[in-house]
Amino acid sequence: MMNVLIAGVGGQGTLLASRVLGKYAMLCGKDCKLSEIHGMSQRGGSVVTHVRIGEKIHSPVIWEGGADVVIAFEALEAARTAHYLKPEGILLVNDEEILPMPCITGAAEYPKNVKERLSLRVKHTHFIKAQEAAVEAGSGKATNIVMLGALCKLFAFDKDVMKRAVEACVPAKFLQLNLAAFELGYERV
Amino acid sequence: MKELMLTNQAIARGAYEAGVRVLSAYPGTPSTEIAENFAKLDGVYAEWAPNEKVAVEVAIGASVAGARAMACMKHVGLNVAADPLFTVAYTGVGGGLVIVVADDPGMHSSQNEQDSRYYARSAHVPMLEPSDANEAKEFVKIAYELSEKFDTPVLIRETTRVAHSHGFVDLQDRAEVELKKYEKAPQKYVMMPANAIKRHVVVEERDNALSAYVNDMAINREELTDKNEVGIVCSGAVYQYVKEALPNANVFKIGTAYPLPMSALKAFSTKVKEVIVIEELEPYIEDAMKAAGIACHGKDLFSLQGEISVLKIMEKFGGASAPEAEKVPARPPVMCAGCPHRGVFYVLNKLKLTVNGDIGCYTLGAVPPLSAVDTCVCMGASVGMAHGFKKATDGASNNVAVIGDSTFLHSGVTGLINAVYNESGITLIILDNSTTGMTGHQQHPATGKNLMGAPAPVVLLDELCKACGVKDLQIVDAYDVKAVEKAVKAATASKEVSVIIAQRPCALLDKSSKPKMQVQNCRNCGVCMRLGCPAISVGENGVKIDASQCTGCEVCANVCPFGALSLVKEG
Ligand SMILES: Cc1ncc(C[n+]2csc(CCOP(=O)(O)OP(=O)(O)O)c2C)c(N)n1
Repeated sequence: MMNVLIAGVGGQGTLLASRVLGKYAMLCGKDCKLSEIHGMSQRGGSVVTHVRIGEKIHSPVIWEGGADVVIAFEALEAARTAHYLKPEGILLVNDEEILPMPCITGAAEYPKNVKERLSLRVKHTHFIKAQEAAVEAGSGKATNIVMLGALCKLFAFDKDVMKRAVEACVPAKFLQLNLAAFELGYERV
Repeated sequence: MKELMLTNQAIARGAYEAGVRVLSAYPGTPSTEIAENFAKLDGVYAEWAPNEKVAVEVAIGASVAGARAMACMKHVGLNVAADPLFTVAYTGVGGGLVIVVADDPGMHSSQNEQDSRYYARSAHVPMLEPSDANEAKEFVKIAYELSEKFDTPVLIRETTRVAHSHGFVDLQDRAEVELKKYEKAPQKYVMMPANAIKRHVVVEERDNALSAYVNDMAINREELTDKNEVGIVCSGAVYQYVKEALPNANVFKIGTAYPLPMSALKAFSTKVKEVIVIEELEPYIEDAMKAAGIACHGKDLFSLQGEISVLKIMEKFGGASAPEAEKVPARPPVMCAGCPHRGVFYVLNKLKLTVNGDIGCYTLGAVPPLSAVDTCVCMGASVGMAHGFKKATDGASNNVAVIGDSTFLHSGVTGLINAVYNESGITLIILDNSTTGMTGHQQHPATGKNLMGAPAPVVLLDELCKACGVKDLQIVDAYDVKAVEKAVKAATASKEVSVIIAQRPCALLDKSSKPKMQVQNCRNCGVCMRLGCPAISVGENGVKIDASQCTGCEVCANVCPFGALSLVKEG
């Protein structure tokens, strides 16, 4: 059983990332459920998608304290969702800060030491400059695929199968770019 | 063949396999993808109706004409469609008729947490409740069989976590279902008192027959483990949570939320130590069981509010406690960079007007720093409420109504007719962004395209307003803040009903790359910060622009008093 929580900001491509993992589960012959929220929250708000892979899955939603890994596309979102991890869970964070509106307007302050706090809270915390790597691969939009490359390495997923899953989920004209992004994530974590 | 599918897609697939010919729907999270996916399948007809009442009426018409038909909506949509629902319960159907309704416990994208199960009970319409994607597809087929066997419309209820989860679905072929021959039967289809009195007798008989029938349906089932343990009664998403949190519990899984399988539940209650009902929202099952004399726990343990979760169940049964979450600033949804609604709200805030708002992306005009919207109740309410404000204050109130284009066509236009007819002199601003933005960009009668992707005749909003009797009508470019301000001042000064149509397509529709804004000699006056644009933030030497988000809409340049913001010249 493997529970993956993907946290990000609306528009960062968390849905695509979860669908790639769903495809991976399918190619491995495992049961899988995904849960996502559409609508209101996608307008630049926090978004969370849930991926559960195993022999038989009931709940599509992961519970607090039940995730094997939290993949966060942004540091504040990592902090917001870190309590979903199991005690030995792994936190994989895109090393990037995106200010939420209350911080832009000055109504709230973006916490200064998020990264330190995350490392203190979660023993297995990995930061990766995924946005940078995605730009290197050809487009910042591929940040999600960089993160999947990193996940693949950390959890020793079957790399070839995972690449096939990416291939099945991204448009053909962006395939090379996404595969390059995947490799960079795999190498740099 | 197996496929990983969103439950809403699985419902569309179920309708396809059941031979459904006609689907009509109005978008609403979390139901929208049913119609969108059905429209992609071969040999079917699917459409966006202007509202849910029309969608249900279209489906009733198709059913009476002999086809299997479906209508889909979110929970509050069923309020709009309640009128036809309560009477189609009397007429019964021709071809099978299924209405899908999606509730939203936790209010991920809704204005309330109403529980649609009570509609099934009070309208005497059977309601099925699937718990995941594969079940959803199967339940659709069962719903059509029930509908035709018992001559009744059937409701399918899903909740957000069911609608928006993916699971593996077994695909089958489409059944060839003949179009039934329509035969005139006014005693069945013309609901005037003399006929309806007789049909009410039929409804009650049908209800009794169904109440007995559901006890033997396989979708209502017990999963017994240990007699000395508690027995959990649940349905829908909660069933999946229970299986996860309490794998060894005795479970009664309800598939028919109406009628409830009461004899089977009674039998279950004698086989377990005690009965606990776990259900989201209202004590619907619990109250019914207690009324039938079955002792049980329910809302003494779980809240009426929000969603049930695996953790909440584990906590109640002593299995776990919630790890503490970090305290971090919220990240609420915001109007996108380049959103054409932004400048209008900036003006309304600046002019200190009371704003009767409505439902759509523009409801975000309520949050700081725009903070312009005063009220939001339901779709279309802005217009009626603005009229009520005027009437309550003898016309002295300083208010305007603001509504989106899709919402105006949904139910705002009737409010406008009322304002003209009853002479309140309101000002209505229609934010025409050429799409139904909030729910993910669906077409509507004024966009020129239909759900099947084909070009469609356009309902012209200005002509429509004029036909309603509006004489004072202005059309402005929503990005031109000065023009918007001028128009609003003129409209609010007039005693007549006035309409301003603020036009600009939603910024997300045009994905081409555009020139960005640049900052020169910023004096840090903070005026542009009042726009709440996510592409503008305060830097060390004045504001800075996030080029990855900026769409070059120039609204910031239009409000800057010092000319510090301008478009980057190409080349
Ligand atoms: C009765 C009802 N049906 C559907 C919805 C879901 N819904 C919320 S806003 C909206 C329409 C928004 O479109 P529009 O008015 O054009 O404004 P936009 O979001 O494009 O700014 C819909 C369909 C609802 N809240 N209530």
